[in-house]
Amino acid sequence: MNTIVCVKQVLDPEIPPAKFKIDAEAKQVIPPPGVPPVISVYDERAVEAACRLKDKHKGKITVISMGSEKAADVVKHTISMGADEGFVLSDESFANLDSFGTAYVLGKAIQKIGEYDLILCGRQAADWGAGQVGSILAELLAIPVVTLACDIEAVDKNLRIKRIVNDGFEVLEAPMPSLVTVSSEIGLPRLPAGMRLMMARKKQIPVWTAQDIGAEASQLGKDNAHTEITSLTVPTRKTECEIITGPTPSEAAVNLALKLNELI
Amino acid sequence: MDSHKGVLVCGEIAEGQLAPITIELLGVGRKLADELGEELSALIMGSKTGGLGQEAIAYGADNVYVAEDSLLDDYNSDAYTQVAANLCKKVLPSIMLLGHTDIGCDLAPRLNGRLGGGLAMESMALSIDPATKLLVSTRPVFGGNAHATMLSKSARPQMATVRAKTVPSAGRDDSRQGKVIPVEDKIDPSAIKVKVVDRIKEEVEGVRLEDAEVVVAGGRGMGSAQDFGMLRALANVLGGAVGATRVACDEGWAPVTLQVGQSGKVVSPKLYIAVGLSGAMAHIAGCLGSKHIVAINKDKEANIFNVAHFGIVADHKEILPTLTAKFKELLSK
Repeated sequence: MNTIVCVKQVLDPEIPPAKFKIDAEAKQVIPPPGVPPVISVYDERAVEAACRLKDKHKGKITVISMGSEKAADVVKHTISMGADEGFVLSDESFANLDSFGTAYVLGKAIQKIGEYDLILCGRQAADWGAGQVGSILAELLAIPVVTLACDIEAVDKNLRIKRIVNDGFEVLEAPMPSLVTVSSEIGLPRLPAGMRLMMARKKQIPVWTAQDIGAEASQLGKDNAHTEITSLTVPTRKTECEIITGPTPSEAAVNLALKLNELI
Repeated sequence: MDSHKGVLVCGEIAEGQLAPITIELLGVGRKLADELGEELSALIMGSKTGGLGQEAIAYGADNVYVAEDSLLDDYNSDAYTQVAANLCKKVLPSIMLLGHTDIGCDLAPRLNGRLGGGLAMESMALSIDPATKLLVSTRPVFGGNAHATMLSKSARPQMATVRAKTVPSAGRDDSRQGKVIPVEDKIDPSAIKVKVVDRIKEEVEGVRLEDAEVVVAGGRGMGSAQDFGMLRALANVLGGAVGATRVACDEGWAPVTLQVGQSGKVVSPKLYIAVGLSGAMAHIAGCLGSKHIVAINKDKEANIFNVAHFGIVADHKEILPTLTAKFKELLSK
């Protein structure tokens, strides 16, 4: 079974709020110094899903990541988890693409890779969280898509996918190839094993440019963007927290109950 | 581009009725349509849609397109995408609104991919730019640390999924007039590649997290599954639901279905009681819409006190039993 996983390198979402700074003019986040970027949470789960399928059915996992050349770090991370091969898609013309532009570039890289049974993406990125690249990519490639998966199995020549819905889950059957977006409910990603970690560190991660994958500049220009960000702000929260006290914690608890009882 | 006109709300049916999110979308859709001086339409897909067209009109729609087919009985991504995409190609809406629900999160990006529109997921605010008449959407990014506003200059439709309870519901007026238009196109079954083979309802104890008016949530500071039981006791007294941070779920103190935050559920209850949780941005992103946030934490420097309206600085063990008992007494009166 051949799986392609699309991953993104993002600002670590677990940083303390105080370290979060933006450049409002450039509509960009200023990466805090000394905090290395990480693989987007859901994308890591997508790699985990791919590894579980490989554990059972063998096959090959290919990872692609569009971003700066530094994205090689997250590709190496996926190789330490169990991926076989990875490519970074990096080009000046790939900077600040919207979801359509991103899906177009990923699609071109996937066409270059060629054969696949399954494409996995995280349900959304942990940074901009657009939540649509996977679905647009599937439409561009004209293959079926299943979103919000919490379990993926290969049964005969089909995929059996559990999809999260608000009151439980659905079980879906999809042909191969399909694209599936993965949600965190799939479970924790594996920790890289020692040997694989060593191997991943040494692995060469080729960088593909627009020319390498045949991405046309005319598709990537600003004029071709479907959406544009017009402002980025950090919401000001002026919450005055009223600390409820009492002679003892118990009495503070009683005071809190009395206070809240008036509000609800 | 000018050929695209009007606002189209993609409706959802819940237990035979218009879903609450649909009534909210009709409310905001009516406002946007009025600002543009254009019509508000709705699309309703299902196997039994009797009377719902008229309902949508009462809630503000001028036109309601009703697609009734046994293949639309429950949500099927391929079938719904096909019907909605075909309708959009005919009706050419300028704006299309969907709920940020498990249906909207699947349907909106696919439709967008098929139609080549411009989509803002999880919008919290929508408005029309007075000068350009473009739809401006505001949405949380970076786990709620920042808000981005976005628009589509030329891609149509301008699409948005809207979070539940972020816009007021439409008022009902049964005297409103409108047109119910049946969608005649038959669904092409050969285009349905993905089949739903089973639907499994997860039984939840008490109220569902997303619907709860009170949420009692705990994090790392709870220290054990046993202490999580104290949250359940308080939630039960208040008729609310229990929530958890990612750490608490990873520890196994609460099922992952109760996770609140960026990678979990977004809730906006009247009262959110945050216990033994520091208030990491990724968690806060899931509860900021709550009307009143209460923090109980022994660390007075914890970030949660920056977003809470009321707080107690103490160990939860010293607070929860009395708080629960007092509420029980107050609410039994």
